[in-house]
Amino acid sequence: MLTLILTGFLAAIAAPFIHKLTPRFSGVILCLYPILFFAWLLGFIPNVSAGESVLLENQWFPAMGVNLNFLVDGLSLTFALIISGIGAIIVFYASGYLKGHRKLPRFYGYLLFFMTSMLGVVLSDNIFTLFIFWEMTSISSYLLIGFNHETEKSRYAALQALLVTGGGGLAMLAGLLLLSHIGGTTSLSELMNQSALIGSHGLYLPVMIMILLGAFTKSAQWPFHFWLPNAMEAPTPVSAYLHSATMVKAGVFLIARLTPVMGGPEIWHNTLALFGGITMVMGAAMAIGQHDLKRILAYTTVSALGIMVFLLGLGGKYAVTAAITFLLVHSLYKGGLFLVAGAIDHETGTRDIRILGGLRKFLPMITIGALLAALSYAGIPPLLGFIAKELIYETSIQLPLNPAFLTIVAVTTNMLLVATAIMVGVRPFFGKHKETPKHPHPAPVTLWIGPVLLGLLGVVFGLYPGLVSDGLIAPGVMAVAQTTSAKLTLWHGFNFVLLLSLITLVGGILIFLLTGFVRSHISTFNKIAAVGPEAWYQLLLKGLIRFATLQTRFFQNGRLRSYFFYILAVFLGLTIYTILRTKVFDMIAMDLTDVYFYELLIVIIMLASAYLSVISKSVLGAVAALGMVGFGVALLFAFYSAPDLALTQFSIETLTVILLVLVVYRFPKLENYLSTRLRVKDAIVSVLAGATLTIVTLIVLQSPPESKISDYFLENSYALAHGRNVVNVILVDFRALDTMGEITVLALAVMGVYVLLKFRARKKEENNQ
Amino acid sequence: MESLLAILIGGLFACAIYMILKRHIIKLIIGLSLLAHACNLLIFVIGSTLRGKAPLIDEVTGQAPGVVADPLPQALILTAIVIGFGVTAFTIVLIQQVNQTIGIQDTDQLDSCDKFD
Repeated sequence: MLTLILTGFLAAIAAPFIHKLTPRFSGVILCLYPILFFAWLLGFIPNVSAGESVLLENQWFPAMGVNLNFLVDGLSLTFALIISGIGAIIVFYASGYLKGHRKLPRFYGYLLFFMTSMLGVVLSDNIFTLFIFWEMTSISSYLLIGFNHETEKSRYAALQALLVTGGGGLAMLAGLLLLSHIGGTTSLSELMNQSALIGSHGLYLPVMIMILLGAFTKSAQWPFHFWLPNAMEAPTPVSAYLHSATMVKAGVFLIARLTPVMGGPEIWHNTLALFGGITMVMGAAMAIGQHDLKRILAYTTVSALGIMVFLLGLGGKYAVTAAITFLLVHSLYKGGLFLVAGAIDHETGTRDIRILGGLRKFLPMITIGALLAALSYAGIPPLLGFIAKELIYETSIQLPLNPAFLTIVAVTTNMLLVATAIMVGVRPFFGKHKETPKHPHPAPVTLWIGPVLLGLLGVVFGLYPGLVSDGLIAPGVMAVAQTTSAKLTLWHGFNFVLLLSLITLVGGILIFLLTGFVRSHISTFNKIAAVGPEAWYQLLLKGLIRFATLQTRFFQNGRLRSYFFYILAVFLGLTIYTILRTKVFDMIAMDLTDVYFYELLIVIIMLASAYLSVISKSVLGAVAALGMVGFGVALLFAFYSAPDLALTQFSIETLTVILLVLVVYRFPKLENYLSTRLRVKDAIVSVLAGATLTIVTLIVLQSPPESKISDYFLENSYALAHGRNVVNVILVDFRALDTMGEITVLALAVMGVYVLLKFRARKKEENNQ
Repeated sequence: MESLLAILIGGLFACAIYMILKRHIIKLIIGLSLLAHACNLLIFVIGSTLRGKAPLIDEVTGQAPGVVADPLPQALILTAIVIGFGVTAFTIVLIQQVNQTIGIQDTDQLDSCDKFD
């Protein structure tokens, strides 16, 4: 598993090069990766349908509980098969859709990067790797939405998606960390055994809120849904793949994955049902008001994600079966319809449903794909979509609370979705053909094979639900709800649910016929939405930028004095606080009895020189005073058994003074830039700092350091390095590498000085000319 | 005598800070040099302050003759002195260039790198 995941990232890096080698076949070659993954995953179906969950362990960082463990059970297998299966179709489709595009090689890279990360998300057993893969999908989504980064809208949408999902991701990380803290493990499969503890823990509510923030932002739940329609700026294969079939379902996945861990308390179910319910109705209603094919599909995707969250919220055998079946169905038909929309856009140059019509004559294969998807979408037998819808109704009528109300909500949503299915999947192909920006030609095989294949799968699974029910859906339901799944059948007999389906269909067609009227009313609805969550987002973003500007202006004001004050304030604050808190003050002992007279004299001269350099108004005076201090330091080194230091200090100080004098004698008299008040303030701060350092020194001196390193050097200096001067031996032998670094620094300084002087010489020449 | 050196370190430190705060580019260099002196002395004092006990090995025994000064801080300070010189030399030339090119000695006016918008 790990090898396969890593291969994916390698393939993402290699993709541009492969494309350069064989531009014609790169799509087919790169398809092989998801196909390989898909085939490999199929091998797990026997185990998983037997009720096993397979844990593939790779130790990575066991001390921190970060392991690359992968969990294959019904839930992750269903997701992973969708991701790799549709992924293969998308890569192939993209090779036709973006044929000859300048940035196609890069696109392949991003796409494979996303695909691999997404597989990582659903297969991870460890919360840390889950989070990392999760964020990687956000980043690849950012890169793919901003693929046409020349347009401002793309950049805006990409950043918005990144900020919304990234912000949610951070909250999720906090939630997951708390969760692992409560459960005492970072493994998701182990956390499932702790559900009773977690459900009754005091921190349950914050954990739930933070994790759901991550899930809701990723899966575009109200009030975070706004980024998804904007993300339609991405090339259509991306919309089909990331923003309908896979990435946006990561939130749904997370909720499903954590249902066995956190699904105990009522509040979990109520929150999910509430937000999912709002989202599903709102998304479907907003879709009707759109006229861009992709935006219609985006809003219906929001609605579909709402349905899944809603169903997971309701919980129980029927609801979870419905959710997982719907997940599969939705990926098939919505992925297909997006590909259809892309093909229409590619062939006609427009996505506006108001001018599209009669395309069936020009795009026969696309029409077949679109109709199959639309039928599944509208929930018409014998397609899989029908089964999913029946399951949803069966769930809602059996609810213990408010079955009537929730059934009406579900039916209304589905009616709206049927109307949009007709708008997208039927309307553009029939009726009178109107002239479009480009005259349509039959689409190439790369563009129609995907939708047709996905559409056919919808039919096959509808006719033979056994193909998916035992191998995927039943184990999936088991993984989420720990119950057997409801039976998937096409024909339940003449019952109330069938009647609801009929009502939905008739209602949907009626709404479609009235779209003109509905749209005019919906536009007011859209106006209300304009002051909705997206406006809050913009306000928040503006506020953030303004705050960042203000605080940067304050802290980074270009004045050295301020910067130095910040450093000093932190140093003094922390040091004085520590001194006062630990009461080491009493330890300090001043002992001046053993001071020799000449030592005292030197120190007094040094202090006086330092003071002189402070008050001196002439540059030379200040430099000379500095030299005095330096030579004083050298003398002290000589007194206290450091002859090497004394020698070095003497020569260096001499050089410094010579250099300073050479350079600064041309400087004008030292000006004073500060008012008396500021100078007094500076003096107080300086004295305080100096006193603090003296105290710190005295405190440190109370506990002389015991260095084993020094003893080692003393013992081995002669024996190993054959040198009697231990300091020299340390520099050139024991710590020779440090000295190398030191020489490098000096060399750099020399080069810098040389360049600066050279620069001046050239300037002079230019001036002379 | 450690106490005496502690006072010296504090005094040098205070002078250094006062000079760095003065906004004058020359005073800034001098302040930084003083700061370097104070720091070197601080490390030195923490090491050991013995009179006339340089860390030299006796040729006959191959060992140090009794208690000697700690060689490690001395090695560290030696490196610090040399590197400090490299930095100072570069800064001095740089400042001289600044003075010749734009003729500004007030560090508050050298702020174009930190301006934004």
